[in-house]
Amino acid sequence: MKSSAKKPATAKTKTDTVVLLIATKKGGFILSTDNKRRKWDFKGPIFLGNIVHHMSLDPREGRVMLMAAKTGHLGPTVFRSKDLGKTWKEASKPPAFAKAPEGEKGRVVDHVFWLTPGHASEPGVWYAGTSPQGLFRSEDGGDNWESVAGFNDHPMREKWTGGPGDGTPDGPKMHSINIDPRDPNRIYIGMSSGGVFESIDRGADWKPLNAGCAADFLPDPNPEYGHDPHCMRLHPLEPDVLYQQNHCGIYRMDRRVVGGESRWVRIGEKMPKSIGDIGFPMVLHPRDPNTVWVFPMDGTQVWPRTSPGGKPAAYVTHNGGKTWKRLDEGLPSEQAWFTVFRQAMTADTRDPVGIYFGTTCGEVWASPSEGEKWNCIARHLPQIYAVEAAEM
Amino acid sequence: MKVHIPSPLLSYTNQQNDVDADGSTIAEMLDDLNRQFPGIRFRMIDEQDSIRPHMKIFVNSEQVWRLDTALESSDEVYILQALSGG
Repeated sequence: MKSSAKKPATAKTKTDTVVLLIATKKGGFILSTDNKRRKWDFKGPIFLGNIVHHMSLDPREGRVMLMAAKTGHLGPTVFRSKDLGKTWKEASKPPAFAKAPEGEKGRVVDHVFWLTPGHASEPGVWYAGTSPQGLFRSEDGGDNWESVAGFNDHPMREKWTGGPGDGTPDGPKMHSINIDPRDPNRIYIGMSSGGVFESIDRGADWKPLNAGCAADFLPDPNPEYGHDPHCMRLHPLEPDVLYQQNHCGIYRMDRRVVGGESRWVRIGEKMPKSIGDIGFPMVLHPRDPNTVWVFPMDGTQVWPRTSPGGKPAAYVTHNGGKTWKRLDEGLPSEQAWFTVFRQAMTADTRDPVGIYFGTTCGEVWASPSEGEKWNCIARHLPQIYAVEAAEM
Repeated sequence: MKVHIPSPLLSYTNQQNDVDADGSTIAEMLDDLNRQFPGIRFRMIDEQDSIRPHMKIFVNSEQVWRLDTALESSDEVYILQALSGG
């Protein structure tokens, strides 16, 4: 597979404002800062009381953002804003599975979990991943959503996704929707559970992409599917370089060798043994395909899913996982037992890169120095599900 | 008939607690509600036409679970939010 020539990720690098879109269990929040990234302005809550799983800004439009929301009582929907979150309008047709034939049990979208803008050549196209695992596409900026039947009605879907119990405590999820920046027809998805899957025909058909990745919670530790990727990303400048933070470790796949086997290689084994390589998020450097950040959690025995030893830290590699460096300056040095969910860590495209994460305790931490030093920029928010950095 | 709207859905009804809707069944009444207040139906009825887990519908004082339940024009419909929290 031929890789692309290096070029700037987007034109965003020359802009002045960094915005963090914070999705929480009780609503959305927007933090914004100037080019120095020192002082942050606070906006919100937006839709207080709504369970917001994801907020995402459209880099093609610059002012359009979508929010995946539901409430404790009401069904799932998508809200759209065309003015950077000042006003919102509900989707006319939110993601929903097809109605089942009479006498058959149909699937119901519990919540929209993941929102991804489509390819740069397809303005207005968005993808949504849901719980339970479903893939939906909008061609009109998120107003009307249609089922991607190639996945949702695939004859193998039930086997790939397992049953209702084969997912996270909050329900099985489709996440990590990645569009190849060279080709709008090549789409990757991650499912918890299910694994990583790839389509080369814009979602009409799908194939598992899990070779080399462990699934040690299954009788067959090396199955074709049934894995638990927590977060999978492809590099925008080297789209044949994929990373995933998996339930079973940190993995990298390099597909740049023409005719080579597409196989995951566990790169987390070089993490300190006392920390391990379990976590939720995976963050890529916008320009360097060999630099990634992770945020380890305790995945031992009963899986506390908290910072190992109560001492939170990010880890970074600058060489594709050969070595890792601990990044904890400014973070609590003890008795900090939060979790960073899979969508809750992100990067901007500045130089140096800003790294941001939100915690289950409602704190937002920022590092304008690529993780070398951390500052808490928001406290006492509801449980944070997602943090996305946008620039304008 | 008169339909009582719970607080989570007032953003759809311009904050009206009580609205009028027509229909000879719950399904038809909901369709009429959705015509008047687009989007309101899907928030309380899922894509398989089931009432969502934390919503309840009463006709007069009787709870109903099926959308084909018949209605009279003199009925009062109560859409309620069930207990839910956390």
